[in-house]
Amino acid sequence: MSDELKEAVIGLREQEALEITDRLLAEGADPLSIVSSSKEAMDVIGQRFSCGEAFIPELIMAGEIMKGITARVKPRLAAAPAAASAGTVVLCTVKGDIHDIGKDIVATMLDIAGFTVVDLGVDVAPQTLVEKVREVHPQVVGLSSLLTVAFDSMKVSVAELDTAGLHEDLKIMVGGAPVNDDVCAFAHADGWAKDAVGAVELAKTWVGGA
Amino acid sequence: MFTDDWNDLTPDQRFAARMDAWQNAPVEFASPEVARAYRDRVQLYRDVIELKKPARVPVAPWMGLFPLRYAGFTAHDAYYDRGRLAEAWDRYHRDFMPDGLAVSTVIIPGRLFDLLDYKMYQWPGHGTPEDTSYQYVEREWMKDDEYDALISDPSSYWQHGYLPRMFGALEPLAMLAPFTDLVEMPFTFPFFLPFSAPPVREMLTKLVEAGDLAMDWLQTLIAIDGKQIATLGIPGLAGGATKAPYDVLGDTMRGTRGLMLDKFRRLDKVLEACDRLVPSLVDWAVRACDVNRHPLCFIPLHKGADGFMSDEDYRTIYWPSFKKVLLGLIDQGIVPLCFAEGGYNERLEAIHDPDIPAGRMIWMFDATDMRAAKRSLGGYQCFGGNVPGSLLTMGTPEKVEAYVKDLIGAVAGDGGFILGTGIVLDEADPACVRAMIDAGRKYGATV
Repeated sequence: MSDELKEAVIGLREQEALEITDRLLAEGADPLSIVSSSKEAMDVIGQRFSCGEAFIPELIMAGEIMKGITARVKPRLAAAPAAASAGTVVLCTVKGDIHDIGKDIVATMLDIAGFTVVDLGVDVAPQTLVEKVREVHPQVVGLSSLLTVAFDSMKVSVAELDTAGLHEDLKIMVGGAPVNDDVCAFAHADGWAKDAVGAVELAKTWVGGA
Repeated sequence: MFTDDWNDLTPDQRFAARMDAWQNAPVEFASPEVARAYRDRVQLYRDVIELKKPARVPVAPWMGLFPLRYAGFTAHDAYYDRGRLAEAWDRYHRDFMPDGLAVSTVIIPGRLFDLLDYKMYQWPGHGTPEDTSYQYVEREWMKDDEYDALISDPSSYWQHGYLPRMFGALEPLAMLAPFTDLVEMPFTFPFFLPFSAPPVREMLTKLVEAGDLAMDWLQTLIAIDGKQIATLGIPGLAGGATKAPYDVLGDTMRGTRGLMLDKFRRLDKVLEACDRLVPSLVDWAVRACDVNRHPLCFIPLHKGADGFMSDEDYRTIYWPSFKKVLLGLIDQGIVPLCFAEGGYNERLEAIHDPDIPAGRMIWMFDATDMRAAKRSLGGYQCFGGNVPGSLLTMGTPEKVEAYVKDLIGAVAGDGGFILGTGIVLDEADPACVRAMIDAGRKYGATV
């Protein structure tokens, strides 16, 4: 563990965090401990986000720093045993909507939390979603939409998963700026979260407190 | 200039001149009653802007695609068929009788954007389904190493960097020399050389065609809006539009993600660029409000909403340059109408800025606690909005009426309030929209 690295990530000092990572690797530090230091830092930022002390830019910057650290550490991890996935989440922005900012933040946060994320992108047809779910057997499906006109798409996507008999083996969450209890009920989803940290918490709850 | 003696007028005199021009618009009304209805409606806005008690609360839902859906048309229908747009606009205004026109400029001329190969958005038939609105394509349309070019000369950056990416047909703009090359006779002729190149010729031909399409569309919108004003007495609510500098960068230049990272990587450049954009953003609105002889300037606000940044960042990064735009408009007698999408709960303290004169702007809110808005802005600036899009889509008329009754009861008592929708409405249950307007009239009459 490196408190120095952890502090640099928490402080969102990108250059410093990457330089510390390089130095630690050059000194022969355990790559897994570097990963775990930065994940601890991410947890702190996530907590700050949850209590209104950090905001979307901080989440995005932290995710960017994590990506930089992971890219440096990855070659050294080849020999190490892969960490067990917390579960698989299939994510998409539903048909008729091409907004991706929120969905991308959720993907990053889920990835950092140890989930295997299958991101289908934007404007995803229900049938495409059904086929991917059938292929990868996720525990969670996340449907995103910024537009009120795409609520119907959310509903149809859930219905298609129902019809295909896939819903009973997984949980479906919906999210996006206008989403609330009413939208969740309208779409027949299993739950919703107001932000990326909430989405990760919900996914963790559903897959058994990972 | 709006009047011959414009430069001699104070901001308050300019404000009064623009308000008078709006209220006394040279319209041939269908009857004296309609003319009176128009002037009375404008008076409602004058009163609420100046924080006086109006005769009743003005009811101004913001409309996107809703009028089209109500008439049974898709967005694609309206973007490409002016007859359907006109029919939908007629039906909506006649049937609902709001106190403000649905802004027709949110309906875009599809053929113009087809012709110019517009890349920054998708629209019905061009990437999005026929019944959704246009949607922005999130991308870094301005690269992270282009701040210096933008700051050094925004016009040149627009011409050589930004526009060629925005429109496929305008890529040859990058081949043209800056107009500042033209200063004296001896060194002038090289400036014209690129106009001989085939790609530039082709671009110019398309621009001429685009000009005709735009003129044609303008005539359509003038006819549509003019008819509602002349026959129903409903005033328009936007003479022009502009944006907060930070939103210009974050919405369509650096992109949401790009600008958020820039905050950490090159904040000094972000701040410098925001300041650099101020004069052109003021000028854009002033020209439009002058031509349209209308005092209100619509300003949609995006990237400063709750969650998008801390209060400190809002105060130090977002607000300073935006405030310069607001003061620039107010100095010209223009009334900024800020449409704060999302939540603005964390901003209510920051926007109560003593440098902004009281009674000279409008704040329209979406997911903001209106009682808190009243505490911050009551007696200082007009505010309104807030009927949730989700309620109008998935609620019932009874729930809508109860919401409006509570809202007006809580915040409209001293005047200075406009009942509106929290969002620009695409999807809604017509019965709920009617319930909102009826409830606004019913409970707004007794404030």
